Amino acid sequence: MRIGVITFPGSLDDVDAARAVRLAGGEAVALWHGDHDLRGVDAVVLPGGFSYGDYLRAGAIAARSPLMQDVVAAAGTGLPVLGICNGFQVLCEAGLLPGALHRNAHLHFRNRDQQLRVERADTTWTSSYEGGQVITVPVKNGEGRYVAAPADLERIEGEGRVAVRYVGGNPNGSLNDIAGVTSENGRIVGLMPHPEHAVEALTGPSTDGLGFFTSVLTAVVAA
Amino acid sequence: MPQVVVDVVLKPEISDPQGQAVLGALGRLGHIGVTSVRQGKHFVLEVDGTPNEAELQQIAETLLANPVIEDVELHLPTD
Repeated sequence: MRIGVITFPGSLDDVDAARAVRLAGGEAVALWHGDHDLRGVDAVVLPGGFSYGDYLRAGAIAARSPLMQDVVAAAGTGLPVLGICNGFQVLCEAGLLPGALHRNAHLHFRNRDQQLRVERADTTWTSSYEGGQVITVPVKNGEGRYVAAPADLERIEGEGRVAVRYVGGNPNGSLNDIAGVTSENGRIVGLMPHPEHAVEALTGPSTDGLGFFTSVLTAVVAA
Repeated sequence: MPQVVVDVVLKPEISDPQGQAVLGALGRLGHIGVTSVRQGKHFVLEVDGTPNEAELQQIAETLLANPVIEDVELHLPTD
């Protein structure tokens, strides 16, 4: 199972994301933002970091990179895509996920272990979890506050598009404690916290994050 | 060369923590008459020849602003 991990200028967590893919049992394939080549991968991970230094808006320039045009086209025909932190910002900027990420309400960068409740255990990236399961993974962001206009937020909630929600404290003022959302078909998921940093007992607060990467392997095999 | 100005601000219903921080500083400096601050972005574009309004509007709405949370205003040169 070939899972692509895209590196943008300023990506930081691409190596950890590739490592999480391998620990889950997949083959990690390095993809470069400037190419027009998805290298035949079965799914794509957009990692965390500060692509283009967060210039203009976090994720805005990366969302218009050559490879992202291929990702948007392939996502339209069902390619599974996971965006973590900056990757989530890129997916919102590319129009693949609803809402936007903006400056944290308290204006501080927040880095801590964070509890999340899995609201949707039926997406391509969360099927290894039980619905309502609480997991602990690191969160680290300065522009991670999930926002949308009130009417949009109502629609997002009404359609059950919230994939994971913060519990035990909201780290950035995200509306409705939203930590991550899914596309309508459940194949695209974005979240601000970092499951790829919680895949080994040695370096993470738990191994709870591994489920995102095992989920997609199950889904791709089944498909 | 003609200059086109694009102003981008958060939609009124989206809270602006940076603007609120500026407002807080103004209060501490004694400027109690200022009751709200909204922070935005100001772009100055130089274009070749006569500006194409439709193209510039598209640039403003699809790249310079994120229409999910921001409003955009295009100012063409007045000659």
